[in-house]
Amino acid sequence: MSESLSYIFINACLVNNFVLAYFLGICPFIGVSGNIGTASRMGGAVTFVMLVSSMCAYGIHTLLVAIDAPFLQLISYIVVIASTVQLVEMIIKKFSPALFRALGIFLPLITTNCAILGLALFQTSKGYNFLESLVYALGAGAGFTIALVIMAGIREDLDIADTPKVVRGTAIVLMVAGLLSLTFMGFAGLGG
Amino acid sequence: MNEPNKTFDATTFVKGLWKENPVFVQVLGMCPTLAVTNSATNGLAMGLATAFVLVMSSMLVSMLRNFIPKQVRIATFILIIATFVTVAEYLIQAISIDIHKALGAFISLIVVNCIILGRAEAFASKNTVGKSIIDAAGMGAGFTFALLCLGVVREILGSGTLFGLQVLGQGFEPWVLMILPGGGFFTLGAWLLLFNYMKERKAAKMQEVVA
Repeated sequence: MSESLSYIFINACLVNNFVLAYFLGICPFIGVSGNIGTASRMGGAVTFVMLVSSMCAYGIHTLLVAIDAPFLQLISYIVVIASTVQLVEMIIKKFSPALFRALGIFLPLITTNCAILGLALFQTSKGYNFLESLVYALGAGAGFTIALVIMAGIREDLDIADTPKVVRGTAIVLMVAGLLSLTFMGFAGLGG
Repeated sequence: MNEPNKTFDATTFVKGLWKENPVFVQVLGMCPTLAVTNSATNGLAMGLATAFVLVMSSMLVSMLRNFIPKQVRIATFILIIATFVTVAEYLIQAISIDIHKALGAFISLIVVNCIILGRAEAFASKNTVGKSIIDAAGMGAGFTFALLCLGVVREILGSGTLFGLQVLGQGFEPWVLMILPGGGFFTLGAWLLLFNYMKERKAAKMQEVVA
């Protein structure tokens, strides 16, 4: 691979932001972006799960290539992600019960966050090595957190704004997301 | 429907298509909805693939519902779904390489589509095989319909074509925005607006009748 590590990071974080360019992880993006505090904690948890599952996915991919069974890829990835989330849940519960209570239901729901499975699949199809995969996961996690926090900030203001009754709820959130997505297109060509 | 005289089955099917439409009403499965609907063909293919996985996994979950221990049911559902998604991926690859390329990683991502896990958990694990299949077929049809709605609007406005055929005249300047990610958010937002508006008008009419 000729791509430098910093390029991979910026690419995953800003240019091809997972939420706003690839539409991955839209469910938590709409569901958890109510206030900035929860949004940033959720971003942190997702980034951690991304890092761990990206490492595991790299190992599994090497193993599956060795035993020549690529059709098992999807099934083994999803099992790894589910167990990683379970592990993270246990670790957080043990070391920081306060954070565990704050995250609540969102923690197990990370399993069905498509950004994480998407990350594992993309790094495989792009053929990144171990270090590149880690940086890619870190960038994707940072990008997810940025998008979530910006959205939460806008929504906090939107709550006190006087919007027409029909657009309240998901419709206006989607419109705002569209504008954000356009803004992020301005990063195209950065870091090349 | 094969048996229109069975009204109950018909309502189970229709509710997924309209009243409980997974995309427009329940707002589930957003990721594939937005990502692949930059053309009507892609939307249709994605909808059909999802419907296939939905029906097959609902059937299997419903068949095994008395054998799956409660504690590990989610993990089991995910495994069943992942198996059928793998089948669907190889099927699409066999049918059309072009569509497979256009959809890319999003075929694999059907696994984490909340609609499928949601239906397995909320309906198939509690109902008979026949009912589960009809429910899944209804939801699948509703999902395909929603994807088609988005895909048609985005393709006509974004490239002036429909299913690859030119529909708007040569003088039409395509709105490139519509096939870009931002356009997906805008189109879905606009459809939701329309649905909200219709719902409110209906509610207002009902009130008028009562008053």
